This record gives sequence, C-alpha cells and structure tokens, in this order.
Amino acid sequence: MDALDPLILARIQFAANISFHILFPAVTIALGWALLGFKLAYNRTKDGAWMDAYRLWVKVFALSFAMGVVSGITMSFQFGTNWPGYMEKVGNIAGPLLAYEVLTAFFLEAVFLGIMLFGFSRVPNWVHTLATFLVAAGTTLSAFWIIVLNSWMQTPAGYDIRDGVVHATDWWAIIFNPSMPYRLTHMLIASALTVAFLIAGMSAWRWLKDGGGEGVRRTLKAAVYAAALLIPVQIFVGDMHGLNTLEHQPQKVAAMEANWDTRSHVPLVLFAIPDEEARTNHLEVAIPSGASLILKHEAAGVVPGLNDYRGDHPPVAPLFWGFRIMVGIGVAMLALSWFAAWTIRRRGVDAMPRWLAYALVAMTFSGWVATLAGWYVTEIGRQPWLVTGVLRTADAVGPVGSAMVASSLTLYLAVYAALLTAYIAVLYRLARLGKAAPAGKPMFPVPAVAPGPAAPQEEPA
Amino acid sequence: MTPFIDPWWLPVIFAGLMGLSILLYVILDGYDLGVGMLTRLEKDENRDLMVASIGPFWDGNETWLVLGIGLLLVAFPIAHGLILTQLYLPVVLMLVALILRGVSFEFRAKAPPAHKPHWDNAFFAGSLLTALCQGYMLGAYVLGFDQSLAAVLFCLLAALGLVAGYVFVGACWLIYKVEGDLQKRAVRWAEISLWATALAMAIISIATPLLSERIFDRWFRLPEIIALLPIPIASATLFIGLAIFLRRPLRAKDELSWVPLAVAGILFALGFVGIAYSFYPYLIADRLDIWQAAASPEALSIILIGALFVLPVILGYSILSHWIFRGKATHLSYE
Repeated sequence: MDALDPLILARIQFAANISFHILFPAVTIALGWALLGFKLAYNRTKDGAWMDAYRLWVKVFALSFAMGVVSGITMSFQFGTNWPGYMEKVGNIAGPLLAYEVLTAFFLEAVFLGIMLFGFSRVPNWVHTLATFLVAAGTTLSAFWIIVLNSWMQTPAGYDIRDGVVHATDWWAIIFNPSMPYRLTHMLIASALTVAFLIAGMSAWRWLKDGGGEGVRRTLKAAVYAAALLIPVQIFVGDMHGLNTLEHQPQKVAAMEANWDTRSHVPLVLFAIPDEEARTNHLEVAIPSGASLILKHEAAGVVPGLNDYRGDHPPVAPLFWGFRIMVGIGVAMLALSWFAAWTIRRRGVDAMPRWLAYALVAMTFSGWVATLAGWYVTEIGRQPWLVTGVLRTADAVGPVGSAMVASSLTLYLAVYAALLTAYIAVLYRLARLGKAAPAGKPMFPVPAVAPGPAAPQEEPA
Repeated sequence: MTPFIDPWWLPVIFAGLMGLSILLYVILDGYDLGVGMLTRLEKDENRDLMVASIGPFWDGNETWLVLGIGLLLVAFPIAHGLILTQLYLPVVLMLVALILRGVSFEFRAKAPPAHKPHWDNAFFAGSLLTALCQGYMLGAYVLGFDQSLAAVLFCLLAALGLVAGYVFVGACWLIYKVEGDLQKRAVRWAEISLWATALAMAIISIATPLLSERIFDRWFRLPEIIALLPIPIASATLFIGLAIFLRRPLRAKDELSWVPLAVAGILFALGFVGIAYSFYPYLIADRLDIWQAAASPEALSIILIGALFVLPVILGYSILSHWIFRGKATHLSYE
C-alpha cells in the first residue's frame, strides 16, 4: 500500500482527529455524573470535603470539556473536507442523527456549562445543582446520538436505497439498530471506568505526596469502589457485545480471534503473529476449544473463519492486537480494583500499602488506552466498509490531493501532541494544588437580591 | 415519514435557519474573537478582565457555528462537500485556530504562571487566525471559488475586513461589559474599527454585483432598487450615527453602554441580508441552488420537527445565560 495514497492519508487523519477527540468525551461523560454525585453528597451532608472534591474536579471537567468541544468541531467539518461521498450516500440518515445531537445535546451542555462553572454564587444552589445535572445529561445524550449513528454504520437497518441514495424507512429501526444497545452500554461504562481510574490514580498520586486531606481520601475511596463494581459489569456487557458482533459482523470476530477456517473446537488464541499473506498464524499459543466455548458456549461450536470472507474482511493484525490490549487492561483493572477495594474496606485509605498506590498511579490513564484499543477494533473491524454492505470507505473519499492532506495531518498531529502534553501536565498541577488551585475573584458581581452561596467561603476570595 | 408541508418550502426553510445560525455565530462569536484580538493591547489585570468578560459565553456562541455548518451538512450535503473541499486549507487553519483559542481559555488560567504568556499568545493568535480564515472563506465564497490572482487578493482583503468587523463588535462588547479607563479605550478601538468595517462592507457590497450579471440585475433593476435602497441607507446612517454617539462621553450611569453593541449587531445583520439577497436561491453562485443541493424531503421533515421544538429553547437558554451573567465583568472564578 502506498504511504501517500490519499485514501490512507484521509483515513489516518480521521483516525487521528477522532482518537484525540474521544479521549475527552470519555472523561466528561462520566465525570459530569461524578460531579453531580459530589454535589448531591455535599447538599445532603454539608460536608466541605465533598465540595473540595467538586471544586478540584470541576476544573478538570472544564478543561476536558473545552478540549472535547474544539476537537469535536473539527469532526463536523471533516465530513465535508475529506469524506464528501459519505453524506451524499447516507446523508438522509446520518444528517438527522447528527442534527439531533447538535440540537438536543450540544447547546444544552455548552450553555449550562457556563452556569455550572461560573454561576455558583450568582444563582440559587438548586439552580447550580440543576445546571450540573443538565451538563451531565447533555454529554450523555450527545454520546447517545453519536453511538446511534456509529452503530447504524456497523449494523444498518430501517433503510432502502433509491437511485443510489439511502433513504430512511423506519426511524425506530434506525435508532435501535441491532448493535446500538450493546455499543452504547459498553461505551458509557468505559467512560465510567476511565474516570474512576483517572480519579483513583490522581488521588493516589496526591496521597503519596502528602496525604492530601479528607477530600482526596474521599474521592480515592469512591473511585476505587466504583471501579470494583463496574468492571465485572463491563466484562459481562463486553461479552454480550461480542456475541452481537458475531451474529451481525462475523468477519470482525474472526479477525479479532485470528481464526482462519470455519470449524468446530476453535482454540482461544492467546498469542500469535497473524499472517494475511500465508493466511495462518505464526508462534501460536492457544487454549484448545476456548473460542468455541466463549462464542458458542460449547466446545464443539462452529465459529466462522476469515477464509469465508476472502478479500472482504478487515485487516487481521490490528484487530487481533487491539482486542488483546483492551481485554488485558480489563483484566488488570479487575484485579487491581478488587484488591484495592478489599484493602481499603478492611484497613482504610491511609493504611493502604504504598505499592498499591503506585499501581493505581500507573493505571491512571489505562481507561484511555482500553477505550482507544476497543474503538480501533470496532472501527477497523468495519473495513473495507464505511457503512456495512452499503458504502465502501474508498468510495466516500474526497478529491483533495495527498500533499494537502499530508500537510493538514502533520499540522493536526503537532497541535494534538502539544495539547495532550499540556493537558496531562495541567491535570497533575491541579491535583498537586488540590483545593488551592487557582481561584480568582468573583467574575460578575453577585446580585444583591440573589440568595447567597450555600458553600462556606473556604478559599481566599 | 411523509413531509407535512409542501416539499418546495423545506429547502427554503433550512436555508433560512442556516442563515440565521451563521448570522448569530458571526455576531456572537464575533465579539469573542474581537475581544481575543484586542487582548494584545492590554496587560495583566485588564487582559484577565477582558477574557473574563467572554468566559461564560464563548462556548455557547461557538455552538452556532456547529449548528450552521451542521445544517449545511445535513440539509444540503452536496453543497457541504463542494464548499468544504474547495476551502480545504482555510478550513483546516481555522479549525486549528479555533482549537488554540478554545483551549487557551482553560490553559491560561490553569497552567503554571510562567506559561501564561504563551497561552495568551496562543489565545490572541487563535482569535486572529480564525477571523482571517473566516474572512478569506467569505471572500472565496462570494467569488464562487475563483482561483485567479485578483480573486486571491480580494479574499485577503475580505480576511482583513472581517478582522476589522470582529474587532469592532468586540470593542462594542467591551464598552458594554467593562468600566473606567478600559471602557474609554474600548470606545477608542470601536471608533477606529468602525470605519475599517464600513470600508470593508462597502468594498464587498460594490464588488459582489460586479462579479455576476445575475446579482447586478437583482440589485439595480426597477422596482427592486427602490425596495432595496433602505439597506445601504440604513447601514450608512447607523455607521455615522454610531460614530457620533461614540464621540460623546458615555452617560455617567452607563445606561446606554449597550447601544454600540446593538448597532453593531444590526449592521452585521444588514450586511448579511445583502449577501443573502444577492445569492438566494443559490448556495454556490450561479451553479447550485438550494433545491438541487437539498437532502430528501423525508430527512428534512424529521430534522425540522426537532428544530422547531428545540431552537426556541436554545434561544431561550442562551438569553438566560446572558441574563445570569449580566452587568459588568470583574474576574473569572469558579466560586
């Protein structure tokens, strides 16, 4: 494959943009709800430690949200700049779904974020709590519409094709297409786990430095418990999602398992180097009948192999490895969160062994890696189709030349690398400063008649 | 589902909604970008204050761009592809600039103090580059994507013109949102940028009819010319009236500080109406009209239902947000 092929370049550019983008929604979707939880806990207990946690993590939220918004805008332009064939072919379905995302979710979160961030002393406490709720609901609604569209591209339903253009026939079938419920649940829990390990990791880092105070202990414990509760659910949902994929996109599962031939007693390949030329695996280490057991729940179960889809299946190696990275991280999350939850429950946060805290720090961004690996599996797994069975990726790419795409790609990558570095550096700075993180004077004068802020004025005003 | 109104009207309605979104974007994010460019002229406290004055609004304002481009994408998919592939380079530069502008808000307040000047630079550069790219795109769009040297020069002029326009509306925003010496300087900035904006609007208004016989006919034909005369006359009157207003000292209690902003908004709207009138019903000058470019009536109907419910709500809570953060800006705080 020519490295300067405009199709490959446009795909890499889209992948770069969406990979950078997904990092931030993965944080904000669940962090919005975590903030609402902190806020409600504070409203109930009037315990300042919860408000300390809120004040710290709302800054992380604001930063992540801004990164998500600006990188998301890039996406809406990129359909036109690089993939004009996409909207021409399936615009009648993708269009309304994207429009509903902007109309119902984007504005909701963008406007109430202002009140959530800067309105604490300008609006009554209940309005501030409501704004926090609306922002969390907005991010989740946004995820809903985007996952609906993505799932429709994986498992299209409710349409017919007239004069070469896709028309909607049944919106209910389009929205609740076969893979949507699984993908949505899997992604929402992935976001929750990303945030749980982010909070646990940063809190553990702070705890290792100087204990960090009650707010840090509180969030560390809450995050570890949340992770311990969610990870088994995620593994179960992931398994259901896999079975759904086997039903609707068997070639994707075959590539994930590096299974070449349709047969019974398919082994679960733990390690291998898949070779698409020779159509076999090298250095294979496998558990006999493992894949048949997982996918068909019996050792003799027949699982479709790649050779049934010759010339029409996704590249094998990225799926095989991407899937193993995701599952590997999932298993590590399970082991660590259960052990940490058990230790904290028995002995309390401050009696936690230091190595355990270091392990949590090491896993701070593990949710990002697992989320990206999972999305690479599902998106590369759809190839060579852009919309399964309807539109090939190669038929949607635009006329913009290689040199132009290569230069814009370089520019994006440079900006993204710089911003990601700055983002992570600022996260650690905020965690170090904790509740003493930069706080200015009130932004706009508090109206004299408005009810005063419910929070004690702990920070220097 | 079957369209619930005559399918002929659907593209017209969507062109109207898209135009409204883009106009609101240009005015609302226009003041954000203008303030962003003007931060270069101030330091420390005052710069923080200027950033604080747009802090709670910029995100919602930028969303009108997403909606405008989103409507182009979903209602006129063919035009979206044609326009954006033609404008590839300015679009990419604008997106990078918008990214820099947007994240600098957060980073300048949260990064170590030593890094703050760098993020201030990124904020300024992002605002400036966004304005330049949008102006360039406006010029290229008006010319129907002509690539000749003269066309490129015209686009560069349009880029500078939009920078002037955004600085103008940004200065008007500051007159409304700040007090004291900074407000006095904002008046001065508005006075200067007002004339640059008037010049740019005049040049684009004269150039557009000369480029296309069809547009020339639409403007200089009886009886339309009589019906249209109020647009240039109103614009000229408002420019001159505002210039006179700005020379007078602001009332002691600052009651009329909203006037320049309102006038700037009306001027942008008049300019927009002029361009829209010249082009309608074409999305790409004399090549592609809104019916040729539109998505299927079924798809448009289902979007329209949502839009009719949601747009008034969006307008409502945008106004709510401006009301909650009414009054003079002081400093940015999460309290």
